[in-house]
Amino acid sequence: MVRLVFLGRLADVAGAGEILAAAGPLAEVIARLPADLAVALRAPRVRVAVNGAVLAPGAAPLLAEGDEVAFLPPVSGG
Amino acid sequence: MSADVRLLDAGFAPGAEIAAFTARHADAGGVVSFIGQVRGGEDVEALELTHYAPLTLPGMEALAEAALARWDLAGLLVIHRVGEMAPGAAIVLVAAASRHRRAAFEAADYVMDHLKSDSWFWKRERRGGVWHWIEPRGADQADRARWD
Repeated sequence: MVRLVFLGRLADVAGAGEILAAAGPLAEVIARLPADLAVALRAPRVRVAVNGAVLAPGAAPLLAEGDEVAFLPPVSGG
Repeated sequence: MSADVRLLDAGFAPGAEIAAFTARHADAGGVVSFIGQVRGGEDVEALELTHYAPLTLPGMEALAEAALARWDLAGLLVIHRVGEMAPGAAIVLVAAASRHRRAAFEAADYVMDHLKSDSWFWKRERRGGVWHWIEPRGADQADRARWD
């Protein structure tokens, strides 16, 4: 399994801060999620981090057992 | 010289932090500080900031290192809250000490611009009992772009 972590408004769409999913290519993992969540995760301004490293936009990683994938919507601090 | 960078999940007293920082850098010619606090009015009942532990503090530390590399500073303090806060509570404190004032003003400005729109925080406000996610304003993005 891989752990999917949803930050900011994405946690509201997912209905949870994190869920477990079967490993596989990122696009396939997303495609197996509910449609509204999949659409939100594919938005161009959502960045993805795997195991604490932020990926380049458009990267297509293969997610392995135990990986943690974070979906990071636009930030707002301060 | 290394920066003092902290991510806190409980309230802090900016005045006491500034006093301690100034005392630690008594030989600096000047200290510039900025305090960000939860804005009152507009029916805001609470503000909540969330973070992502694997990225947020490391990102703040990298930001502080970038400021140290860019300006000749005697000291740099960066404190950012997460969690739920009431109007008036301090969210962020940035203080920079330097031999001459210009470096301290610019470094504090640079760090704040990057904390607002280029650091791993997500912010929402509760108004009328309902939470609303806050996205950076275009002005925040433009402020940060001044440093590119």
